[in-house]
Amino acid sequence: MLIEKIGEGLLKFLHYLGEVVLLAWDTVVSIFTAPIRWRLVLNQMQEVGYRSQLVVLVTGGFTGAVFAAQTYFQFARLGMGSAVGAVVAVSMFRELGPVLTGLMLAGRVGAAMSAEIGTMKVTEQIDGLRALGVYPVDYLVVPRALAMMLSTPLLVAECAGMGILAGYFVGVVMMDIPGAYFVDNMLKFTGIRDIEMALVKGFVFSLLIVFISCHQGQNAREGAVGVGRAPTEAVVIGSLAVLVTNFFLTMLLNAFIPAGV
Amino acid sequence: MISIRNLYKTIGPQRILQGVDLEVDAGETVVVVGRSGGGKSVLLKHIIGLMKPTSGDVCVDDESVVGLSERELVRIRKKIGILFQSGALFDSMTVEENLAFPLREAGEKDENIIAGKVAEVLEVVNLAGQQNKMPESLSGGMRKRVGLARAIISYPRCVLYDEPTTGLDPIAADSINHLIRRLQKKFQITSIVVTHDMKSAFHVGDRIAYLHAGKLYFTGTTEDFAASTDPLIRDFVEGRSRETE
Repeated sequence: MLIEKIGEGLLKFLHYLGEVVLLAWDTVVSIFTAPIRWRLVLNQMQEVGYRSQLVVLVTGGFTGAVFAAQTYFQFARLGMGSAVGAVVAVSMFRELGPVLTGLMLAGRVGAAMSAEIGTMKVTEQIDGLRALGVYPVDYLVVPRALAMMLSTPLLVAECAGMGILAGYFVGVVMMDIPGAYFVDNMLKFTGIRDIEMALVKGFVFSLLIVFISCHQGQNAREGAVGVGRAPTEAVVIGSLAVLVTNFFLTMLLNAFIPAGV
Repeated sequence: MISIRNLYKTIGPQRILQGVDLEVDAGETVVVVGRSGGGKSVLLKHIIGLMKPTSGDVCVDDESVVGLSERELVRIRKKIGILFQSGALFDSMTVEENLAFPLREAGEKDENIIAGKVAEVLEVVNLAGQQNKMPESLSGGMRKRVGLARAIISYPRCVLYDEPTTGLDPIAADSINHLIRRLQKKFQITSIVVTHDMKSAFHVGDRIAYLHAGKLYFTGTTEDFAASTDPLIRDFVEGRSRETE
């Protein structure tokens, strides 16, 4: 009985995964074979990139600040207060920047995408598109996917940068760590490899969020409950996907872009 | 122009269509009538490949649409306009943007030509000057008319109407009926109208097909349908449920 239930759940999960992968493949085919609607891509970049900046900057800033403070409280006892800059910078680039940006985007952008596409589905607007000879993936998914792929790495960079700035403020201005030591240690232990990891993670998370959200929207059920459930599920699945993928991505990328000098 | 052969559609446990056969010649108007939830809209959606049949075939200009991919269906869909029950207008666009959408998608870049065509079709549907309104500020009848204008702006050879008068007041419904007739006369458009409004069916149809229990129970001229003494047809035409208090 239990094994049956586990098997059933696994099959459902594989079926879901297959659908998301097929949507991703369809989008890739569309990008290379159908004309790209650049006006829609720009509109989506404004929605995804420009309008997400405040939430990403605030999240990055306060996380960097509190991380710097906590690190200082521990490190100061060992006389290693000046290492705060290095710890904050490496953490912001390799983990906190991409993950926090991914979570914020899964919440803000993923919910909006699935709600918008879900509403279009239940009000026959997607059928309207198809009836007018427009393939919905070309019109709805491709612009969102391109906007996410282009915007997310930049947002990750902003988030990490803001976190480091806030960490500097807390460490140097509030905790009296000498600024030169803070910056020198940070530069010594942070390299281009850390920035590369942040950007690669940001790119992968953007794909997860956009395909999960668009898939939830396309499969929204009829009625207010169905449309309401689509963004909730998109946010939950998107956030979990970011967190789980982050672990495996960290292990995988560490082989190619190892931490440390 | 449109040929439906032995069409079956099952959704979950429900057998919606159970062997529908229908031929629609170029230039004629066929009205498909039947009770709500009887599969009329499902039948219509099969014609442009919005739904795939369980079995059977649908041909447009002797080309089967069953088995075509979404990208291949684009070619078929360009020949056919459809008025959805809800209008299916894009709610984030103005009336003008909704109407210009098929033109822009077809590659038209000249804004003067687009504006001219939009004004022209809005005049055809008696909505001149409504270009800048948003769909949410339109009444049900106006929305259907804008939907119809969008369906005909690219001059399709065939238009499918899904419940064009449902939910409208009698005068708005009559206005839509006249509009459908006007379009037939002006553009010689082949039409398939799905409705359960008998007044509308008699007004716009050349032939009537009565869908009952998943099959076409009757197919014939409007006059034959009106004169039929078959109890099932009489009940439907006269709106008798045979229920007692």
